[in-house]
Amino acid sequence: MSKQLFLGDEAIAQGAIDGGLSGIYAYPGTPSTEIMEYVQGSKQAAERDIHRQWSSNEKTAMEAALGMSYAGKRSMVCFKHVGLNVAADSFVNAAVTGVNGGVVVVSADDPSMHSSQNEQDSRFYAKFAMIPILEPSNQQEAYDMMYTAFELSERVNTPVMLRITTRMAHSRAGVEPRPTKEQRVVSLPEDPRQFVLLPAIARRNYRKLLAMQDVMVDASERSPFNSYTDGPKRSMGIIATGIAHNYLMENFADGQCPYPVLKVSQYPLPRKLVERLYAECDSIMVLEEGAPVVEELIRGYMNNGKPVHGRLDGTLPRDGELNPNLVAAALGSPRAEGGPVPSVVKMRPPSLCQGCGHRDVYEALNKALEPYGTGRVFADIGCYTLGALPPFNAINSCVDMGASITMAKGAADAGLQPAVAVIGDSTFTHSGMTGLLDAVNEGASITVIISDNSTTGMTGGQQSSATGRIIDICKGIGVDPDHIKVITPLKKNLDENVRTIADELKHTGVSVIIPQRECIQTASRKAKAAAKTE
Amino acid sequence: MKNDIVLAGVGGQGILSIAAAIGHAAVSSNLNIKQAEVHGMSQRGGDVQSHLRVSDRPIASDLVPAGGADLIISVEPMEALRYLPMLAPSGWVVTSTTPFVNIPDYPPVEDVLAELRQLKRCVAIDADAIAKEAGSARASNIVMLGAASTFIDIPFERIEEGIRALFGRKGEQVVAMNLKALRAGRAHSEGQR
Repeated sequence: MSKQLFLGDEAIAQGAIDGGLSGIYAYPGTPSTEIMEYVQGSKQAAERDIHRQWSSNEKTAMEAALGMSYAGKRSMVCFKHVGLNVAADSFVNAAVTGVNGGVVVVSADDPSMHSSQNEQDSRFYAKFAMIPILEPSNQQEAYDMMYTAFELSERVNTPVMLRITTRMAHSRAGVEPRPTKEQRVVSLPEDPRQFVLLPAIARRNYRKLLAMQDVMVDASERSPFNSYTDGPKRSMGIIATGIAHNYLMENFADGQCPYPVLKVSQYPLPRKLVERLYAECDSIMVLEEGAPVVEELIRGYMNNGKPVHGRLDGTLPRDGELNPNLVAAALGSPRAEGGPVPSVVKMRPPSLCQGCGHRDVYEALNKALEPYGTGRVFADIGCYTLGALPPFNAINSCVDMGASITMAKGAADAGLQPAVAVIGDSTFTHSGMTGLLDAVNEGASITVIISDNSTTGMTGGQQSSATGRIIDICKGIGVDPDHIKVITPLKKNLDENVRTIADELKHTGVSVIIPQRECIQTASRKAKAAAKTE
Repeated sequence: MKNDIVLAGVGGQGILSIAAAIGHAAVSSNLNIKQAEVHGMSQRGGDVQSHLRVSDRPIASDLVPAGGADLIISVEPMEALRYLPMLAPSGWVVTSTTPFVNIPDYPPVEDVLAELRQLKRCVAIDADAIAKEAGSARASNIVMLGAASTFIDIPFERIEEGIRALFGRKGEQVVAMNLKALRAGRAHSEGQR
């Protein structure tokens, strides 16, 4: 087969299809979104009848994947790093149930927070759950890992994490695909109680998981993705994980690093290789994208062994992405940068699109809140988070999916009146509904604005799980139908919308205002497609 | 050969189309390529960049080292200046002079152009006007690709093929218009290298 130019995300998706995938479950989140999108667009996936629908959130995705594994087939789950927080309950317990068909969890980290609210390192989670991690350094490796990860999962009887970062996900390179494997057929687990985590069974399963740790280390020591390359300069040995290995090699013409290098792309750490590096070198440098996960292990709490350099001793910055220049400086031979940025250059932050309905929502909300003053709007994760920036300066929080409603409730409980939540339709069905139920149950005095653009906008316009049903959901949760107001966020409706919001701000109890107007990006895409078919 | 390119612009201006055309040309020339893109939040009208590396030898890093870029291609003049720390001493800047003003404190255009004029190796062209002349104002990103092609070590015919691959689905008329834009852009930089 010939080489194809794939994004890292696409290489993972094709590797999964070729590796015998039967179902992919995911919630959109940068930089992971393109994995599902690739499978959805794949003719091969359609022919093979691979499940490829978005889930309502990462937890439901993880659980559905585990169900497919229970039924004997191979499944994968994809989300951004903070999505793993949402899926954590099922993720951690899936290591205790074990798998039947292989399960791969792709968690896409975002160091430097290009599109995220933190830069947590998913490797901590995998270590916590005691499962193997694969961390590709290039697109071919990402493909090859995914191609073989289901077998690894089935062999060690746990899910396997494929950990990527933004640059891996969103960088393109040539990939050579391999022959497609057959899917597995439905077959129940040999032990009918394997997935029943009653304490007695969970204790037995957990001991199996503990016993499996040696097998996982052994797999890492034999892994083709880990390698030891000797070098003449033993003053320092370098451990480079995932794409950090690329930044290291970038600094040596033709890939000849004078120091011994242990490339780690499969965890748990290959103990024998680490021991060899430590024994043969005077000091250790750890290069890893994300948190100092490996560095902490090598260094130990007492730090009384050989010198260990990395993010913890200031050799590299403690936060943010690595790059060739940072690694060059860490190696003691900094590269010269180009000229400075002229002072005439101004910041250009992202902003809501011209014509976007969220703009009209914020304009109306700001006007309606004028009598009360600022500082009472709890927002959420999505395009509308950009309401924090000028000219709106309209929101006071953005923490995690769904937190707008519950934080507004907590503030109302404390006595802040009025307290407003702003949440999108997809985020509402992801994690906002349960918070609304709390508010209804207690009759909390909050005004919830569900800015409904009928899509998951920030990630590029994926299907939103309850398009057309938001009003019914609110009624079903128990919001008083007299205080569910649907408005159309358009300039011409500004005065009317301000009045509607102002009225509901005065209401004691839960109000829900649903501004409805389709995302202009998806609307213009649909219009273009329609024009084409005419 | 090795070309380390930084593409710059504002979300929605079409820098990924430029990258895709070069990428296609590189692959069909049997060259190695790595291209780091920006997706997500910045695409909403923020500054965006893409790193494109083409080489006949294996490429390690997805990111161009700062101070190592052979070429900055920018579809917006202020954005070209933002990436000067990326540029190698011998590197070229090829930029459009048409400002994209979506921030309240955008500097006077004349100040931006004055900074560009101070650069030793810079091609600054009115890509929008050239594109309009070629038949579509929307092809100004392809005009920029044409102007930049002088500094890319891939045969120009391959880049033309890249345009055909990129726009082939949209019909022969669109392909012809973009090829015209590409050649018009190239005419503005030919001989400057």
